[in-house]
Amino acid sequence: MKEISCKLLVIGAGPGGYVCAIRAGQLGIDTVIVEAGRPGGTCLTIGCIPSKALIHAAETFDAARSMSAGENALGIRVEAASIDLSKTVAWKDGIVGRLTSGVAGLLQKARVKIVHGRARFRDGKTVEVETETGQQIIRAETVVIATGSDPVELAALPFGGRVISSTEALSLTELPKKLVVVGGGYIGLELGTAFARMGSQVTVVEAMAQLLPLYDADLTKPVKRRLTERGITVLTDTKAIGLSETGAALIVEGPEGRQELPADHILVAIGRRPRTTGSGLEDLDLDRTGPYLRIDDRCRTSMRGVYAIGDVTGEPMLAHRAMAQGEMVAEIVAGKKRAWDKRCIPAICFTDPEIVSAGLSPDEARSQGFDVKIGQFPFAANGRAMTMKDEDGFVRVVARADTNVVLGLQAVGSGVSELSSSFSMAIEMGARLEDIAATIHAHPTRSEALQEAALKAMGHALHI
Amino acid sequence: MGEFTIRMPDVGEGVAEAELVEWQVKIGDPVREDMVVAAVMTDKATVEIPSPVNGTVVWLGGEIGDTIAVKAPLIRIQTEGEGEEPTTRETVAAAAGEQDPEPAAPTEEPEKPESAAPPPAPAASARPLPEMDKPLAAPSVRLLARDNGIDLRQIHGSGPAGRILREDIEQFLLHGRDTAPALQGFAKKSSKEEIKLTGLRRRIAEKMVLSTSRIPHITYVEEVDVTALEELRATMNGKRKSDQPKLTLLPFLMRTLVKAVSDQPDFNATFDDDAGIVTRFGAVHIGIATQTPAGLAVPVVKHTEARSIWDCAAEMNRLAEATRTGTATRDELTGSTITISSLGALGGIVSTPVINHPEVAIVGVNKIATRPVWDGAQFVPRKMMNLSSSFDHRIIDGWDAATFVQRLKTLIETPALIFIEG
Repeated sequence: MKEISCKLLVIGAGPGGYVCAIRAGQLGIDTVIVEAGRPGGTCLTIGCIPSKALIHAAETFDAARSMSAGENALGIRVEAASIDLSKTVAWKDGIVGRLTSGVAGLLQKARVKIVHGRARFRDGKTVEVETETGQQIIRAETVVIATGSDPVELAALPFGGRVISSTEALSLTELPKKLVVVGGGYIGLELGTAFARMGSQVTVVEAMAQLLPLYDADLTKPVKRRLTERGITVLTDTKAIGLSETGAALIVEGPEGRQELPADHILVAIGRRPRTTGSGLEDLDLDRTGPYLRIDDRCRTSMRGVYAIGDVTGEPMLAHRAMAQGEMVAEIVAGKKRAWDKRCIPAICFTDPEIVSAGLSPDEARSQGFDVKIGQFPFAANGRAMTMKDEDGFVRVVARADTNVVLGLQAVGSGVSELSSSFSMAIEMGARLEDIAATIHAHPTRSEALQEAALKAMGHALHI
Repeated sequence: MGEFTIRMPDVGEGVAEAELVEWQVKIGDPVREDMVVAAVMTDKATVEIPSPVNGTVVWLGGEIGDTIAVKAPLIRIQTEGEGEEPTTRETVAAAAGEQDPEPAAPTEEPEKPESAAPPPAPAASARPLPEMDKPLAAPSVRLLARDNGIDLRQIHGSGPAGRILREDIEQFLLHGRDTAPALQGFAKKSSKEEIKLTGLRRRIAEKMVLSTSRIPHITYVEEVDVTALEELRATMNGKRKSDQPKLTLLPFLMRTLVKAVSDQPDFNATFDDDAGIVTRFGAVHIGIATQTPAGLAVPVVKHTEARSIWDCAAEMNRLAEATRTGTATRDELTGSTITISSLGALGGIVSTPVINHPEVAIVGVNKIATRPVWDGAQFVPRKMMNLSSSFDHRIIDGWDAATFVQRLKTLIETPALIFIEG
């Protein structure tokens, strides 16, 4: 049995863990990272990156197919378009491979030791790892738990066979003719839309009354409209009961009673739960907040010298939050004074069209006691949106009425995910409406809508 | 695991409560035996509270500036060892050099109001701030503040909408709080700063209110020719032995007071107005109003009636130094029977000294100046000094006050009289 000791041990090489390890390595901390799978975690291997590759392929195919349907305004003629999903998936796997080996390279460059295998806690400072070459004991002064999360399973619909999670959905080599998506959150809608654009007949089943319940109706309206235009059936207030006797259909119960939805695959995307079992974490008896590990503003758990970052610490389960936490923890371990003081964590739905939100929505701002000014500028009045033949959506700014300090920025529309950096930058910098309005936004771009929204909130938008 | 409670110790002399002036620890800190955990202030002296045990602080009984009753819980410490008899043991106050104070009149067992301490709250470490409380500052500015251990809520932001700029942090690091960079020309300033009165400053404030609200003052000012005294002082200083201190005017005035109060003992007294009793003292314990970095303090030269002028000077120097450095004991700061107030070289022409309650007289020294004095035939330059003295008019009539000051004048103008026995 081999035994090594280090100053910092990071468990899990997802975006939180690997960023923490790289930063620690940069700071000269003797760091070991343990990962059972490929470095990159859910994000790189089965989450953000693969899904965006698939969404892009679907979007491109959809554009080509719509042109092959006949006359179109752009005057482009395309003969019959087709897609070979196995090639698409191979292309996606290539990207994933490049990125994961890139992460491994970055870790090496930062002099981080990578141990491959599943870690199991002996105590708060010691883990054992089953590696290919035998058992390895690692002792550390400081431990960072970055074990991530797993898709939640429905008891009535255990994964297996036709019932798949997002992981399997991203590796299908044959296009399902009929796909039922259980869960109308962003993961279900992103993937459901992608398969619909590639030609699947898609039904979305959501137990709540609203799709994307985290976003307000103004933001989700363009998304719902597109779902309908694509022929995606949306069943809200509808619960998945279980598979039919043959297993070839999903039984659901909604306001109009029970029905069977025939399906080649049933994608269950109802959320994710923290990965806190099977690694000896239970025995550490760390304090919890619900199912999550409880952390303070320095990502410290209830045990001294044990930190936790990323999905295992709760919502929002977003890679960029985990990365920021990882970086902060590495600097704390290096003796720097740090605490979580981010003003916003932007969130994006890569639906069609995209939704982006940073900071407070109008309702959130009001419920926190702010008097607000709101400016909303539609892409229908934006030149660039017209030239891209996609004028749906808008940019919206929420500011304090007394000081014009920006509290929140949201947008829905094609390509608005790229506006997220402006949004979070404005909020982190403490920008006022005047700051955004007085910044030249290059023409012609969709970003002009941000400047116009700020002007509109102050009552003098120029282009509407 | 046991829990140990340190209670506010009995700091002596009928003190029923003391003000918390310093926490040396915070919740979660480890403490070792004999480590000082807090400082409290009674009427005059600061008392340090040590921990009698090893452990970890789990609860603090108040905030700086709170007044805490004797025996009320002050701090709770989780101890490592076996469960100790919880919350009963008391600690002994380790007052800085405190000696057994002079036996004072028997005092009643001080009332022990239940401490106003808040209920023990769990140390919530992860409480997110409400959005409104977050200071407006860019990430780089927040990082700069954090690296320098600055809480941004202390900083006045000079940017638009109160945004805190990098320059504000740099100014703060250079000059401390609220010094925005000086602008060219005139600028309106809207900053205001609230400072909680704590410690000695609060004591002074309370003492002044007590003196001026209870005592009807009569203030009497007389001009004194100190030419002869100054000549004598210069001579004595010129011929002093190496172990003798340099004499200022104050030791002469102290000896003058000893002489004067032997004729008029009413002036060396305290008045307990609740009981209606004037207490005259045989001893002449003279308080010397002294400026310290923290504020006004009054160390007491005890038994000046039994001290030579050199001795008075030496003792006064010693006490002044101890007071300025904060090492004077409670005993050295209490028990005066009459007080001298001197503003030294800043003394001005006239002052209206506030009587040191419960005394009945205070003698204020103004600045010495060479003035032309008509000696009956011509103007001659004389060193002149005013004495501004206040008296408790309930006890001292105007006539007696004037008589007392005239007696001081006579003694000072003919300083040999100060030294004549009988």
